[in-house]
Amino acid sequence: MRVLMALLLLVCASVPALAVNPDEILDDPALEARARTLSAELRCLVCQNQSIDDSDAPLAKDLRVLLRERLKAGDSDSEVMKFLVERYGEFILLRPSFGSHTLILWLLPFLLLLGGGIFILLQRRRRRVPQAEDALTAEDRSRLEQLLD
Amino acid sequence: MIAEFGHFVLILALTCAVLQSTLPLWGAHTGHAGMMRVAEPAALMQFLLIGLSFAALTHTFMVSDFSLKVVWANSHSAKPMIYKISGVWGNHEGSMLLWVLILALFGGCVAAFGGNLPQDLRARVIAVQGMIGVAFLLFILGTSNPFERLNPAPLEGRGLNPILQDPALAIHPPLLYTGYVGLSIAFAFAVAALISGKVDAAWARWVRPWTLAAWMFLTAGIVMGSWWAYYELGWGGWWFWDPVENASFMPWLIATALLHSAIVVERRGALKIWTLLLSVLAFSLSLLGTFLVRSGVLTSVHAFATDPQRGVFILLILCVFIGGALALFALRAPTLKAGGLFAPISRETALVLNNLFLTVSAVAVLTGTLYPLLLEALTGDKISVGPPYFNLTFGIIVLPLLVLVPFGPFLSWKRADVYGASQRLMWAAILALIAACIAWYAMRGGPVLAAFGIGIGVWLVGGAISELAWRSKLTSGDLALSWARFRGLPRSAFGTALAHAGVGIMMLGIVGVTAWKQEIVLVMNPGDSREIAGMTVTFKGEAPRRGPNYRDIVGTFEMRQEGSTETEILETSKRVYIPSQQPTSEVAIRTFLSGDLYLVMGDKVKEGRTVRIYFNPLIPWIWIGAVFMFFGAVVSLSDRRYRVGAPKRARARIAEA
Repeated sequence: MRVLMALLLLVCASVPALAVNPDEILDDPALEARARTLSAELRCLVCQNQSIDDSDAPLAKDLRVLLRERLKAGDSDSEVMKFLVERYGEFILLRPSFGSHTLILWLLPFLLLLGGGIFILLQRRRRRVPQAEDALTAEDRSRLEQLLD
Repeated sequence: MIAEFGHFVLILALTCAVLQSTLPLWGAHTGHAGMMRVAEPAALMQFLLIGLSFAALTHTFMVSDFSLKVVWANSHSAKPMIYKISGVWGNHEGSMLLWVLILALFGGCVAAFGGNLPQDLRARVIAVQGMIGVAFLLFILGTSNPFERLNPAPLEGRGLNPILQDPALAIHPPLLYTGYVGLSIAFAFAVAALISGKVDAAWARWVRPWTLAAWMFLTAGIVMGSWWAYYELGWGGWWFWDPVENASFMPWLIATALLHSAIVVERRGALKIWTLLLSVLAFSLSLLGTFLVRSGVLTSVHAFATDPQRGVFILLILCVFIGGALALFALRAPTLKAGGLFAPISRETALVLNNLFLTVSAVAVLTGTLYPLLLEALTGDKISVGPPYFNLTFGIIVLPLLVLVPFGPFLSWKRADVYGASQRLMWAAILALIAACIAWYAMRGGPVLAAFGIGIGVWLVGGAISELAWRSKLTSGDLALSWARFRGLPRSAFGTALAHAGVGIMMLGIVGVTAWKQEIVLVMNPGDSREIAGMTVTFKGEAPRRGPNYRDIVGTFEMRQEGSTETEILETSKRVYIPSQQPTSEVAIRTFLSGDLYLVMGDKVKEGRTVRIYFNPLIPWIWIGAVFMFFGAVVSLSDRRYRVGAPKRARARIAEA
C-alpha cells in the first residue's frame, strides 16, 4: 500500500505539472473555455488534491479528453458532470454536491456565523446596564492609560 | 560518535524538560520561590541541549554520514552544501527536532527576557512550555529517532526530493515552525492564567508581543511557501487549499483574531475569556496541523491505519493538551470577571466582529480540511473537498470582514460615532469606487466580483492612509503641525496601517491574477513568436547544460515589449536530477509591477516543443502585500510599549517623575 502511494506521488507530485497540451485544445474557443472551467472542478483521481486541469498524470489527460469529447457531442455542463460522477463516483467533484452527507460541510460555517452574530446581539442586550458605574472611573482610566503608555 | 552524542543530549533534554514542567509548577502552587527559580535555568538548559543535538544532526548531514538512516534517505554527497543543511529539516525526523528546538528557543526566551513577569506567572508559563517539550521529545525518541544507524552503512544517499532543493524552501520550514510553535507561548500564558485565575491588562500586554512575533513568522512562512509553489511547481498557481497549506493557515487566522482581541483585554479589560480561548485554540490548531502533516493521515486514511504508531502518538498529545486546556478553561473561565462595558457601536464591537469573522473563516477551512477524512472514517464514503469549496465559503465569510476593516481604527473605545468615521473614510470610499469602475471598464465588463475585489483592495489601502492622515490632523491645513503629529504617532499606529494596507495590496494581487490571468499553450519551434499582454515572446532555441547534481535542457526566449526595440533574454529549463532521475521544470519569470510574464517548457512533441506562456496580472502585489504585513508587525513590535521589559522601565520613569 505504501509503495503504491509512493508511486502515485511520484507520478503526480514530482512531474512538472504541465496539464493541458496543445493537441487536446478544442478549436472552438467558447467550448474550450467551458472545458477549462469544468476541469478546474474535477479531481485528478490518482493525485493528491490536484484538479485535472493542473495535473499531468495520464489519467487526468484521459479525463480531459473525455470531457472535451462529451462537450463536442453537445452535452450541457451539468450533463457532463453527471456522466462523470456516475462513472467515477462523487470523489471526482472538488466541490461536493449539497446533500444529506454534506450537510455539515456546507452549513456549519454559516450557521456558526449566524449563531455567533445572534450571541453577540443577545450579549449586548443583556449587558446594557447603567453607564453610571463606568462613568465614575472614566477619568481614572484615562489617567491610567496615560501612565501605562 | 557525534550522532550518539546528539542522541544522548536529546535524552538529557527530556529529563531537563521533565524537571522544567513539574518543579516550577509545584513551586508556584505552594509559593516556594526556590522551586519556581528552577524554571529559568531549566528552560535555558533545555534549549542548550536540544541545540547541541540539532547541531550534531546537522553535522552528520554536512559530512554526509550515510550510516545514519535519515541522512541516507534524504541526502546525497553531490548536493550543494546549503541543501545538505536544509535537508536536516526536509524529512520527518529532522523537522520534528527543529520543532522542539524552536519550542525550547521560545521557552528560553521567556526565561531570558521575561524578567518583568511576576515570578509565579513566569514559572507557570515556562512549566507549560516544558510539558509540551516533554510530549514531543518523547515522540521523537520513541517513534522518530533521527539518530538511528544503518549497518552496514551505504556508500551513497538517496538524495533530497529535487523540488525541495530550493532556497525559498530551505528557509520556509524554520520560518513556519517559528510561527507555529511560537503560538505555544500564547497557549502557555493562557494555561498559566487559567491556573492562577488572573487575567488583566498586564497579562494581555505581556502576551501580545509574543503572539505578534509568532504571527509575523507565520505570515512570512506561509507566504514563502506560496511563493515557492508559484515558481517551482510550474503552473502558476500560488495557493491550492491543500490540507498542508490549510494546516498553517488555520493557526494564522486564529492568531490574527487573537492579536486583535488581546488589544481589547489590554485597553479595556473586556473579552478576557474569549481571548484565553483563542490563545488555547491557536496553538491547538498548530498541534492539529502537526498531526495532519506528520501522521500521514492526509495521504490516505488507510495509510494512517496501516502505520499508525506516529499518528496515534501525536493524536494522543493532541488530546492531552487540547483536552486538558479546554477542561481547565471550562473549569476556570466562569470564575473570571468580565469587565469593560461598551456600546453597540464602538472599537470593541468592531474587534468582536473581526474575531467572529476570522474565527468562522478558520472553522470553514477546518471543516473543509477534516470533513472528507471524517466522512470516510465514519461511513466509508469518499468525497473531495477542493479549491472551489474553499473559495466559495471562505470568500463569503471574509469579504464582509474586509469591507469593515478600515472602520475599526476610526472608532473610539466604549462609544463611537459611525457617521464621523464614515466621513473620515469618504476619500477612501470614493477612490475605491473609482478604482472599481476603472477595473470594470478596462477589462470590458468581465466578472463584477473582480471589479468589486479591486474596489475593496483600494478601500483597504485608502482606509489605512486616511487613518494616518486623520491621526496627524492633516485636514487642519497646518502642514508643519501635521508633520509633527505624524512623527509623534506611536509605532503601533504605523504597524496597524501597514498591516491593513498590506491586506489591501494583497487583495489587489489576488483579484488580478484570479480574474485576468492569460494563458497560451502552444507548440513552438526556434524562431516562432507569440504575443501576450503587449509583449512579444520569441523562442530562440534549446541547448543542454550541466549543473552540480542535475542536467538541464535550457530553452532560450527573447522578450520584447510593444513599441520598444530593446529585447531581454529569458531562460527556462527542463531539469533532471541525476541521483533520482527525477524531472522538474525551472520556470522563467520576468516581473513587472503590472504582473509576471511566466514561461514554462513542456515536452518535446514531433511538431516541436510544447511551451506555456502565462501573464499573471498583479501577482507581485501578493508578495508586496505580505511584505507590508510583515513589516507592520516589525514596526508594532518596535513600539516602546510592547518591547519586552517595557512596563518595568516605564514604571521606573514614572517613579522618577
